[in-house]
Amino acid sequence: MNNQDLLNLINITVSFEGFLALNKLNLNLKKGELRAVIGPNGAGKTTFLDVITGKVKPTKGEVIFKGKSLVGRKEHKIARLGVGRKFQSPRIFENLTVKENLEISVTTPKSPLNLINKNIKDEQLNEIERLMKIVNLAQKVDSKAGSLSHGQKQWLEIAMLVGQKPDLMLVDEPVAGLTDEETDLTADLLKSLSGENTVVVIDHDMEFIRRLDSNVSVLNQGTVLCEGTMETIQKDKKVIDVYLGRPED
Amino acid sequence: MSLSKVKFDKKIVLSFWIILIALIIAAPTLLPVFRLNLLGRYLSLSIVALGVDLIWGYTGLLSLGQGIFFALGGYCAAMYLQITSSSEFPNNIPEFFALYGVEKLPFFWEPFRSPVFTFFAIWIIPALVAGLIGFLVFRNRIKGVYFSILTQASLLVFFNFFNGQQKLINGTNGLKTDVTQLFGQMVGSEFMQRIFFWITAILVIAAWFFAKWVVKGRFGNILIGIRDDEPRVRFTGYNPVIFKTIIFSIAGGLAGISGALYTVQSGIVSPQFMTVPFSIEMVIWVAVGGRGTLLGAILGAVFINYAKSLVSEALPASWMFIQGGLFILVVTALPEGVLGWIQGDGPRNLLQRFGLKRKIETYPSLEVNNKEGNNE
Ligand SMILES: Nc1ncnc2c1ncn2[C@@H]1O[C@H](COP(=O)(O)OP(=O)(O)OP(=O)(O)O)[C@@H](O)[C@H]1O
Ligand SMILES: [Mg+2]
Repeated sequence: MNNQDLLNLINITVSFEGFLALNKLNLNLKKGELRAVIGPNGAGKTTFLDVITGKVKPTKGEVIFKGKSLVGRKEHKIARLGVGRKFQSPRIFENLTVKENLEISVTTPKSPLNLINKNIKDEQLNEIERLMKIVNLAQKVDSKAGSLSHGQKQWLEIAMLVGQKPDLMLVDEPVAGLTDEETDLTADLLKSLSGENTVVVIDHDMEFIRRLDSNVSVLNQGTVLCEGTMETIQKDKKVIDVYLGRPED
Repeated sequence: MSLSKVKFDKKIVLSFWIILIALIIAAPTLLPVFRLNLLGRYLSLSIVALGVDLIWGYTGLLSLGQGIFFALGGYCAAMYLQITSSSEFPNNIPEFFALYGVEKLPFFWEPFRSPVFTFFAIWIIPALVAGLIGFLVFRNRIKGVYFSILTQASLLVFFNFFNGQQKLINGTNGLKTDVTQLFGQMVGSEFMQRIFFWITAILVIAAWFFAKWVVKGRFGNILIGIRDDEPRVRFTGYNPVIFKTIIFSIAGGLAGISGALYTVQSGIVSPQFMTVPFSIEMVIWVAVGGRGTLLGAILGAVFINYAKSLVSEALPASWMFIQGGLFILVVTALPEGVLGWIQGDGPRNLLQRFGLKRKIETYPSLEVNNKEGNNE
């Protein structure tokens, strides 16, 4: 751990009635880093995000974000500290329009009083326009989010994540169900976000992870098996045994 | 939204306004005072229905306990009327106290001597009680069916408490208002009933505009977000507890106003306002009228209650069956309610089915997209 780090997970253990979804997991992220997390089904990848975002309280261990402990904080407080999350299956507000979805994400402060009696700020409207262009949804501004295609939903959720301006972006399987072309665009988008933001990307898709060209952490049975560049982990015997050796799904 | 739909909505809104204003102006001269009074009562019920729509239709909180707040508003109004009309009675306190040998006015009646206090109490007390109950429930993340059960249980607690307090508020018998005086006029008189009708009509419109203002824009969108995916709202940095507490409190305040207006027009408030079926009926009005439409809540409350009175006059025992049938019909055939169905493509679909109207391409752009091979 050093003060360059944005996030430290120290000895995190999560037990679901005795089943260890995470087992003494340690992981550190530097500011501006792009990190890929891979691992077989049930390895604990989503649980790892749940712990950071406050959805699951670790049985043991500490989560330090910007020098503060996140354990025991409420989800919305953690989000306001600067942790944003994209869910495994797209979670957008289907009964709201694309624009309304983005308004929810870019609005600050997120208090009832601000929402009810003030209009959205101009700079926030500009930000929404910028985001819609980035994710190619400019023509869909007033469409209900529920009417978007699967890929567009994924992108809308990514745009919402960016609009929240988090210091740490946690992205769970962003390319599941996307076409190859969409996958490549998503990889480029996430890469362009790192540097200014710190980004954690979880995925199964090896081509996609390779394209991210980042450090990779391999999770297995709730713990970090190995960390390094794509080349190093591909040569790692343990990783080959549990993951890469098997045919990809 | 397609152009034809926008026009269609506008037509509905415009014709609604014309009918409504005509009705309000003409009602006191056209209707016999008995019917006028019924209409006034049903209009006042539409205000509690607006609250139900805000919490249930928009925010997804199915409360089966709105009768609590409705009754509280009614009691506030009735206490004021009774205490200010009690000068001829023993000890200058409301008549019923003598029945139980009470000689001194219970302390909590005192502030109700003030019309100003009462004016605020009618909506602020129910709003505060709702806010308190809501906050405790929401903070503990009690949701869905557990929330519904809890609100119904609270209703029963209030019902039993009010029933048992003869010495404080006349228990089961409730508080009569029709023989009390307001500003020198008998509350039950034709003159006053006409005035109450106007006041009710104006307040329904005001409440409607207020509710529209609440759900308009980002605040309303967060409510819808909470209804559809509350955890997502949390992870975006909003605290749903605050939003739910506020909207539940607003619905409570609306229920209080509704209860007060209903009380002065029906002549009595009693624990009967807090029976389980009555609070469930409030939900049915909104379900039938159309959840999440506001206007549907108003129309549902007025028309269902009007139908109820007509049916009950003709076939006294059958209303419960008709109401039950109506509810089942709506839940199965028109899940969005009558207004939701009209605002959607319901009527056009029906006409199409009978070959009366050509199919309109509502979303041509989407169809183009599909051809390009998008996923859905
Ligand atoms: N709330 C819970 N209660 C009990 N067990 C759980 C719970 N959440 C997750 N688990 C279990 O913990 C393990 C890790 O789950 P997790 O969702 O983190 O895996 P994952 O790596 O994200 O898998 P996938 O690649 O399928 O998304 C799984 O075996 C899962 O069944
Ligand atoms: Mg997962």
